[in-house]
Order: sequence, then C-alpha cells, then structure tokens
Amino acid sequence: MNAAMASNSSGGGSDRQRIAQQRLRIIAGHLRRPVDVDSTILAAECKAQDSKTDVSSEGKTVPRRRQEIMKWNGWGYSDTKFLFNKKGQAEFTGKRYKLSGMIMPALKDWLEDTFGTNLQHKSPATPILTSSAVQPPTLNEAFVEELKSTGIPFSHDAEDRVFRAHGHCLHEIFALREGKVGRVPDLVVWPNCHNDVVRIVELACKHNVCLIPYGGGTSVSSGLECPPEETRSIVSLDTSQMSRILWIDEKNLTAHMEAGIVGQDLERLLNESGYCTGHEPDSMEFSSLGGWVATRASGMKKNIYGNIEDLVIRVKMVTPQGVIEKSCLGPRMSTGPDIHHFIMGSEGTLGVVTEVTMKIRPMPEYQKYGSVVFPNFEQGVACLREVAKQRCAPASIRLMDNEQFKFGHALKPQVSSMFTSFLDGLKTFYITKFKGFDPNCLCVATLLFEGHREKVLQHEKQVYDIAAQFGGLAAGEDNGQRGYMLTFVIAYLRDLGMDYYVIGESFETSVPWDRVLDICRNVKLRIIQECKDKGVQFQPLASCRATQTYDSGACVYFYFAFNYRGLSDPVHVFEEVEHAAREEILANGGSLSHHHGVGKLRKEWMREAVSNVGMGMLKSVKDYVDPNNIFGNRNLL
Amino acid sequence: AACRTLYFHNPMLKKRDDFEDVLEERRNSSDLRYALRCYTPVLYKGVPPCKSSMLKSMVLQSDQLHYVISQVSKETGRKTDEVQEEASAILDEMAHCQQLSTVRFFAFTLSKVFKSLFRSICVNEEGIQRLQQAIQEHPVVLLPSHRSYMDFLLMSYLLYTYDLTLPVIAAGMDFMGMKFVGEMLRMSGAFFIRRSFGGDKLYWAVFSEYVKTMLKNGFAPVEFFLEGTRSRTSKSLTPKLGLLNIAMDPFLKGEVFDVSVVPVSISYERILEETLYARELLGIPKPKESTSGLFKARKVLSEDYGSIHVYFGQPVSVRSLAEGRVNRRQFNLVPRHIPGKPGEDIHSFVNDSAYKLVRAQEENMVLKPWVLLASLLLQNQAAGPKEGLPLDELTAQAVWLRDLSRQYGAFLHWPDQMTPSEVVSSSLSLHRGLVRICEGKVQLADPHSAATPEEKLLNQAVIVLSCASYRNQALHVFLRPALLASAIHTASSTQKQEVFNSFSFLRNMFSNEFILCPGATVQDFEEASYLLVKTGAVQVSQQEVVVTEGGHRTLAFLIAMLDPFLQGYQVVCRFLCEEATETLTEKQFIPAVRKFIIKHLLAGGLRYAEVLSSDLQKNSLAAFLRLGAVQKIKGVHQGTLKVNKVMVNSLEDTLGKKRALCYAPGGNRLRFLSNKSQMCLFV
Repeated sequence: MNAAMASNSSGGGSDRQRIAQQRLRIIAGHLRRPVDVDSTILAAECKAQDSKTDVSSEGKTVPRRRQEIMKWNGWGYSDTKFLFNKKGQAEFTGKRYKLSGMIMPALKDWLEDTFGTNLQHKSPATPILTSSAVQPPTLNEAFVEELKSTGIPFSHDAEDRVFRAHGHCLHEIFALREGKVGRVPDLVVWPNCHNDVVRIVELACKHNVCLIPYGGGTSVSSGLECPPEETRSIVSLDTSQMSRILWIDEKNLTAHMEAGIVGQDLERLLNESGYCTGHEPDSMEFSSLGGWVATRASGMKKNIYGNIEDLVIRVKMVTPQGVIEKSCLGPRMSTGPDIHHFIMGSEGTLGVVTEVTMKIRPMPEYQKYGSVVFPNFEQGVACLREVAKQRCAPASIRLMDNEQFKFGHALKPQVSSMFTSFLDGLKTFYITKFKGFDPNCLCVATLLFEGHREKVLQHEKQVYDIAAQFGGLAAGEDNGQRGYMLTFVIAYLRDLGMDYYVIGESFETSVPWDRVLDICRNVKLRIIQECKDKGVQFQPLASCRATQTYDSGACVYFYFAFNYRGLSDPVHVFEEVEHAAREEILANGGSLSHHHGVGKLRKEWMREAVSNVGMGMLKSVKDYVDPNNIFGNRNLL
Repeated sequence: AACRTLYFHNPMLKKRDDFEDVLEERRNSSDLRYALRCYTPVLYKGVPPCKSSMLKSMVLQSDQLHYVISQVSKETGRKTDEVQEEASAILDEMAHCQQLSTVRFFAFTLSKVFKSLFRSICVNEEGIQRLQQAIQEHPVVLLPSHRSYMDFLLMSYLLYTYDLTLPVIAAGMDFMGMKFVGEMLRMSGAFFIRRSFGGDKLYWAVFSEYVKTMLKNGFAPVEFFLEGTRSRTSKSLTPKLGLLNIAMDPFLKGEVFDVSVVPVSISYERILEETLYARELLGIPKPKESTSGLFKARKVLSEDYGSIHVYFGQPVSVRSLAEGRVNRRQFNLVPRHIPGKPGEDIHSFVNDSAYKLVRAQEENMVLKPWVLLASLLLQNQAAGPKEGLPLDELTAQAVWLRDLSRQYGAFLHWPDQMTPSEVVSSSLSLHRGLVRICEGKVQLADPHSAATPEEKLLNQAVIVLSCASYRNQALHVFLRPALLASAIHTASSTQKQEVFNSFSFLRNMFSNEFILCPGATVQDFEEASYLLVKTGAVQVSQQEVVVTEGGHRTLAFLIAMLDPFLQGYQVVCRFLCEEATETLTEKQFIPAVRKFIIKHLLAGGLRYAEVLSSDLQKNSLAAFLRLGAVQKIKGVHQGTLKVNKVMVNSLEDTLGKKRALCYAPGGNRLRFLSNKSQMCLFV
C-alpha cells in the first residue's frame, strides 16, 4: 500500500497527492532543487535484508565518496558557493537553491562595512589535499582481515579518511583550508544495515579498535575530531549507506528508518507517501537521523512536531555489550528511567544508533510564511514571550536582532523590476519615517505557519494581533521566507568570509525568559570586548536571534565573526573569544547547549553543568556499556 | 593580591594627569551666562534622564518591590495596599527631584562662593574625558572622597561645568534637618537615606530598588560616599559596603554588562571644617546641621582656603574586578526579584573592592607642602621641650621629606618654580592659625589664655588635631613603610620572620585605624620592604632585615609617624586594665577614656595630645573587640563591655616593647608571655 502510494505519483487525482506535491515544492523551495540520483554509488543490497519492506531506497543523496559531490574543506555541495564575479558582485553559484545563480549586489558593501574587508585582500584555501599531509593509516591487520571476510565495504584512502576526521567547527575548517590535517581515522567502513554494524562492533571489541560513528558530519562541537592521544587504530563508521525507510505505519502514524538517512531524504521520501516527520534542523540537508538522536537535536518546527526526544518511539543502538532497544512501541512507559535518555545525547560514546521508529504526521495542507518588524529587540522578545505564554507559537517563530536584519538585507538578490524596488523603498519609508522605527534598532521576526488553511489564517491573525500589542508591524511573506532561506545559505557564506580574512561561528544556548535580553546583550558585548582585548583590529560582528520558544524560556543563537587581518594566530584568538562567550552565557543563566551538544569543545563545563553525581552516573553507564572505550571519540565526559 | 594589582606596581611609574583651574574662566566671564548656558550632556546609550515621577513609578511597579511588599504584608498581617502606600511614602521621602533650574541656581551662587573662598579649583581634565567616555558606555558610579560638606556640591558643580550628566547623590538624612537647604539639595539631585534602617525590609527594598533602577537604566551617574560620612581626621575611613553592594548587584545578576566605578579624590588645601572637626573629636558636641548654622558659617567666606584639587581617577570596571573572583552562576537558580542575603564570597568580594577603591582615592589625593610641614612640626613638638624649629631647618627637613615622599609615590604638589623657603613660608602663612613663628622658630600655635589647665590642654589639642588632620593626608604614603619601621623597631631580632610577625601584628592591630586591605599582609610587607630597600633605608636578605647606616633618619621619621597611634592604643589598654569597671558600657567608653587621658596628659605622663581624638579611641575599641580582648555583653546588661585583662595587658606589652611609657607601670601585668605565643594570639 505504501509502496503503491509512493509510486503512484503521476495521477495527481487524490487530495493527498496534491498536498504532497505542494509540500515537495515548498521543501525544494527552501532547501534545494531536486538532484539526479547518482545511482552508481549504491551499495550492494544488505544481506541482512530479509522480510522487511524497503519502502524506498531510491534517491540516496550521500554517496560513499562524499568528496565527489561535497567540499572537502568547506560547507556543502562542491557546485555551490558564494564568490565575487568579475564585476565585483557577489554571486551564489550552482542550481540547488532558490538563491543559486543570483547576484546579491548589497553583499559586497555589507562585508566591507561590517568587517572592513577588502576584495583585494584574499586569503584563499589550499585547493587540493596533498596526500603527504595525511599520516599513513595505522591498521589493525587482524581486524582488517576479518572485516574483509564480512564483505562490508571499507577504505583507507586518504581523502575518505580526512573527510571523516572533522565536523564544521571553525578551527577544523580553517585547518583544512590551510592544508593541515591532524589525527584522522585509519579506516572508513560503510555498513549497509543493522547486522553489519553488529558485526563491526563485535570485531572492534575483539581486536580493540576504536570506533567513531559518523552520520552527516555536521557536528559543531569537535565531536568528530579524533582524539590525538588515541593510539589504537581508529575506524570511522559511516552510516550513510543505511538510509532506507523500512516501513511506514499509517494506523499509528509511525515510521521505521535506518539511522543513516539524512534529513532531506527522510522528508522527501515520507512526503512521497504524504507524510513528514516535521523535524527540520538547520543542517537537515546533511545531518542524519542517527546524529539527531545521538546529539538531542532540535528542529525549527518543534512547536508543532516536537524535538527529537518527543519524536522518537523506539531506538536500536549497537553497543559493545550488545543491542539496546525497547520491547514495544507503546507511546509512553513507566519503566524506570527512560533508557532512550541514555542514548539520546550520548554523542557516539556508547554505541551506534542503527534504526529508529519515529512519529510521522500527515503533511500539512497549508503553509504560510510571515514576518513582523519590531521597533527594537526588547519589544520583539516581549512579543515572543507573550506568544509562548499563550501557547500559540506558529510552527516556527524566530526573532533576529538588528545586525541580522541588516545581514538579511545584504543577501537580497538583485531586483528584477523597477516596481519591486519602488515597493521596497516605499516599505522602508513607511516603517522608518512614518512609523518612526530607527533602522539601527528595528528587528524582525520570521514566522512559519502550518496546518489547515482556515486554522492557519486564524492562527496568523492571533499572532499578528499579539505582535501589534508590542509595536510589531506585519512585514510580509517574502521577508519571512528569505529569513528561513538564509539559514541554509549562511553556512556557505562563512566560506566566502574565509576567502577574505573573515572567520566566524555560530553557537547556541537556552535560557529562561527573564534572562533572554540580558544574555543577548551581555554575550554580544562580551564578544566585542574580548575581540578588542585580544587585539582584533576590526569591529567584530556579534549578532543573535531567538530561534525557539518554550513555556519557560527560549533558545538563543549567536553569530560571531571578525576580520582577522593582522593577527598571527587568528584561530587561537577566535577560540579564546568563543570560550569567553560561553563563560558569559553560563554566567547569565544560559545552558551549555540547547541542541549542538557538548562534544569535546564544551566538555570542560560538563561537570558543572550536571554536578559531580550526575557526571558519575554518566560515567558509570559508560563504564558498563563500553568498558574498553571502543567508542573512543571522548565526547561529553 | 587584590590590592596589589591596583597599587603595588612601582608607584614612581604612576603617571598622573595635569590639572586645569576651573575658576580661572569664572573669574574672566559672566557667572550668569555660565549658569544659563546651554547644557547638553552626553548620555548613556542615548537614554535621556528620567523624570522623577516616572522613576518613582518604575520603582513602585518593580517585581522586586512587589515581592517584598507582599512578603511584609504576609508577615505583619497588614493589607498590601497599606504596605504599598508606606513604600510610596518612603520613596517620596527618599527620592531626588533634580531640576535644571536649581542646578543653574547653584551654578551661579557656587561660582560666587567658590571664587571668594578658593584661589583655584583644579581638575584633571583627562579624568573628565575618561568619565565622559565611561558615561556613554556603562552605568557609572561616582565615588568621591568625603572630607567636607562641600564635596557633593562641588562634584555636581564640576559635572555641570564640563557638560556631563549630573549625578544623583546619596545623602544622609541629617541634611533634611535643614528644611530649605534640604529641598534645594533634593532639587539639585540629592536623594536621602536614613542613617540606620537595620531590619526594615521594606525600606531596604525601596532604597535598593531605587538605586538599581537608576543604574540599570543608566539615567544618571549614581554618586555616594564609600566612607559613609565625612572623615574628621582626613584619614580615609573604613568603607561602608551597603551602597556598593547595591551598585554591583545589577552587574552580578547580569542586568547590565558592566558598571564603571570612578573614584574621585578631592583634596582641600585648607578644610573649611578644620577646627570644627577637631572640636568634635575632642567631644565638644557637633552643632546639628541647621540652616541658620550654615549662615553663621558666613564668616568663613572672608577667609582664604587655598586651592582644591579634584582628581577623577581611572574608571574601574566592576566586571574586571569580579573576573575570576565571583561565580555569577550562583544567581541563576533563583528569580532575580527575590532578595537574598549575599553569600560570604560576594561579601568578601565587595569588601575587597571597596578597599581597592578607597586606596585608589587615597593614591590620587593631592598633597600640599603644608602636609609635610604639619608632619614635621607635630613630630618636633612631641620630641620634647617646646622650642620650635628654626625656619631654615624646617625648610631643609621639608625638602628631605619632599624627596622621600616622592620616592614613595606621593602625589605631591610642590611648586618647583619657587625656592623651598618661599614654599615653606607661603604654606605657613596660609595656615597661620595653626602655627606661630617666633624669633625665626616655628612651632604649633599657642592657645589663648584659658581658665583651667584642662581648658588650656583642650585648646592646645584643637591645634594639634587640626595639624594632625593635615599630616593624616600623607599617612597612606608612609603607612606601610612606617609599619615596617615600627616592626623592625619592636621586633626582638633582625630575623626576617620576627620582623614579619611584628609587622603582621601591628598591621592587624591597626586595621580599623588605617586602610589596609584584608588579607594582604604579605603584599603590604613586600611593598613596605620594596620601598625601604629602594630608598636605601634597609637591606633585606633571605633571613634578615637590617637598617643601613643612612637609613636611621628615615626610620626615625617613620616610627615617629606611627608613634601617636601606638601610644594611643596603649593608653586605651591602660585604661581598660585600670579603670574599666564591670558596668562600663559602650556609650560611656569614650567619655571615660577621655577623662583618663586628660588626667595622664595633665600629669605629664603622655606625649601626644592627639590621643584625645575620639576617632582613635573608637578605632582602638573596635580593634580590641575584633581581637576578642573586649567583648560586648548581650542580654540583660546590654552594651556593657567585658574586658579580658590578661589579653589587653599582653596586647599593650606587644605594642610597647622597647618603649617605656613614662608613667610607672601599675597593677599585675602579665609580662612573661613569650613573644611567639602572643603572635599566635593576634596574627
């Protein structure tokens, strides 16, 4: 039935089909244009695949040799990047995104004004990885021998190994751009199914090999970094080939997937059946289901669908002690502490998540973007707080500060008609002159509504009414949509910055409502002060946005970037400032992390975050599950 | 380590700003035009000053106050409305209502007054620029030293002159006694706090919320006196922590990014209240502040009070003070509007900061040559038969002392364009009420004829205490070396450890008397050693501290500097052993000690009339209480003092080792405690 649904796409007669198509358009809109599947890289059918119905294994996005379509030393697809064309205008290459192929005339000035960059001063990346920079692999021969006999594909090619030695922290990418490579995995394996993983883990235990699970590679917590002190052979376990939806249960609205599936595939494939998970983290193009579980991920539409911990029904994880899983699909249980909570957030220190049963929802009938302009950030936060209080948050509501608002403007593509530019001018005039908003204070909230058409419209009205109480003016769908689009291209923009001496990073926290304003102000000022104290020659960009609302608080995202010309060790300065910013976050009542996780980057604060006893609990779990530290990425603890 | 960072870098390297005389322009242009000129101060983040009515309603509507009001209402059973009204009444009594017109009125009249009283009012303009910068960046707290009623009018006057946001000033309630003046001050930006409101939760809540609201919103710089009250002795007073606690709270709780604290040092060449203070210290009661009293003070208008120096110090960031000292996370677990007693760590942080700030004030106090002369004349007088010092010898000594004090980092304003003898004679002439020059010899002024010897003594003491208040201005420069010099003098050997123990004892003994940062004994010792070694007075090796051949003069001077205090504390010990009865109360303590001292002074057994200072007596009692040599009895006989005579005796011994008091020792003194065990008791 499911398979039939999925294949019956040409009819278009049914309601559901119509919705699905619309949904596809939207997803494609804010994500990417559909790509042709590179079928040549599909692995052999998993031998363990017995009676399970493979709902869809088509449309696999991630090949084993990721470097064939993705950058080895930057974000995202190789064909997609920002650059300055011959006319000195910023351009976004490729065909994948809405912004692709467009010119952004304001970006150059924004970069120059914000960072003091100069197109003449370039800091280009090393174009090709020299294999001499990569240490030869330390192989555990016995392990390799036995692995060979299982038929599970593996590689010790330098490129494959380097690709899996990092996430996307600034220092990791900066080093790659300079052609510097530290400790990398000695081997990469591509299990094809749960049983493959069981075998690999057994072998690793038998031969005392260090395993580091690798999903989408989008970690920003140094979670994928190989511990330099690790002397054993390190094997990167790439789950990308375990990306099937195994079944969909429409009666209970659940679906069962292999954990290697990446967000965009999961949504696309479910959409074909008229469903979605609604879990859309900003990294969803590349991040994997297993990664979400392992780091306690959060999606932008959590207000409707929930965060990963709300979505997961059942998890299968392979550990050195065996497989951990629950025995039923009941929606809630009182069976002692929830064992899922040992798995969620374990960050690859206990085992590999192989399969997940997750809630699904019918695709929303109607989706609408929106935006509200506020005279200042304070009013905006007050509005978000009220929305949360009334529990009427739309699928997504985000509040950008003034700096981000300006940044958003800088990414406006060239307008095609005189009329649009005239209209834009008129809007600006209305807001700044007629309504008296100070262009250096105003900020904007972006909204995304989902659901039944009438309900959405009703909901929309309710939210705009609240916004009006706080001086907010509706600012149109375009602004809203562009806001969400920026989320996906901003990571590409960092690469452009790095071509011109600008380095930056984002980091997040969660904080009680009454401290949101204080934390935003103090962290931004701390960044600015630290940069000054550390000898940064240019004013840094310190910007924030509230990206999630909860009953008792919000998730706050910070962007921080600066021009490092004149600094002898920019990464060190950067890390010091980032460290200070995290100290400031903690001092102001923010959490160590809302959804990025701890990894190795934030480990030093872990004990204080969870207390000695809490730390002891986690340690004792680790000691029981993995006494020989087979899962030796040394995250978290 | 705290104090050290602020001070212990080589003080000689301390670069200080130059001064500008603000009266010069006043003498050359219209005061009226000045008072009416366009006043457009720079603002903190462009926040305009807040109307007082608006400020009041912000305070009354704050979560903090609501919480306390409902708490008080629950505890007392009164209606919340009633408590709310009380809060509102407290606020009305407290709040300032700054008006530019009143400020202009003051600008005009003060111009006239200042010009007639003072030769110049010198301000470091770089400090003003720093302040202007600070005001724009963070909420600012102004902390002027407090030596005169003049201080806060002067501060506002200067800020108006330099077009800076006018401060809001915490003033004691006693000003409100002066009806008209009190209201005038209120309109110029003063707000009034009761002197004591111990357990009154509501009062505290209104008060702290009022100050915090002004700070958090950055409406205006908040000004208060860290010393709590005017120092009658010109020594800096032990800082009071209440307001500083409140001022730091918004930073600690993350409500502002930072708070800039600006210590301001105001030094008067001649203090208006000079003899008034001396009389007060001698127990001649202080006239209650009254408007008519102020007008009587008019005769002061005809006198020459020299110049004033106002030094706006480097703004101190509370954030940087707290860096690595305070764990701000502790404030994240309780809603911030619920008042909580600050923990031990916060208390000690605020206390250390307060000491640092007072030291910063001291450091930038401008010293006039007269301060050195007063020190020399007092020492000469105490040295023996009253002959006076030949003028040329005084000049020579003054030059010697000038060089010494400069080496110790004193901020000395010695007019180098004049010859030393000119400097000396012009200083003497400004203070002609305190000195007498007879046949080329200089000594302290002789009091006029008096009916009784006691009266004569007190009159003499007025002169001595007045002079001492000038000497005290330089005390902070010499204090640490003087403690070391006295320690070397009293220690039983030249062993470094012995000297250190002795130093540590003295420092501990005098920590109510002088500004000595808590817990900084080692740093102070190092600093003192450094200065004495640098000037060649002592040599310090791994084991020994030895006075050099040429060092005796310096050491003698330093010892003599501290000597009146040593003797004072000893006399108090004597009193406690000999005369303190079972029923002695804290209240009776001062008059009784005074009587005792007068008796001994008249009998010729004491050298220093200075020990009559009630300030010294109070401080010594506080020290004895702190050390447990005296205890306050609680319960039925509340307020009575219980003296541990054994301990007091041994304290006296330790203070007076190698020094024989001139009168015969009486009573059963315990002389056989070993040095070591005494040290253990007190160090």
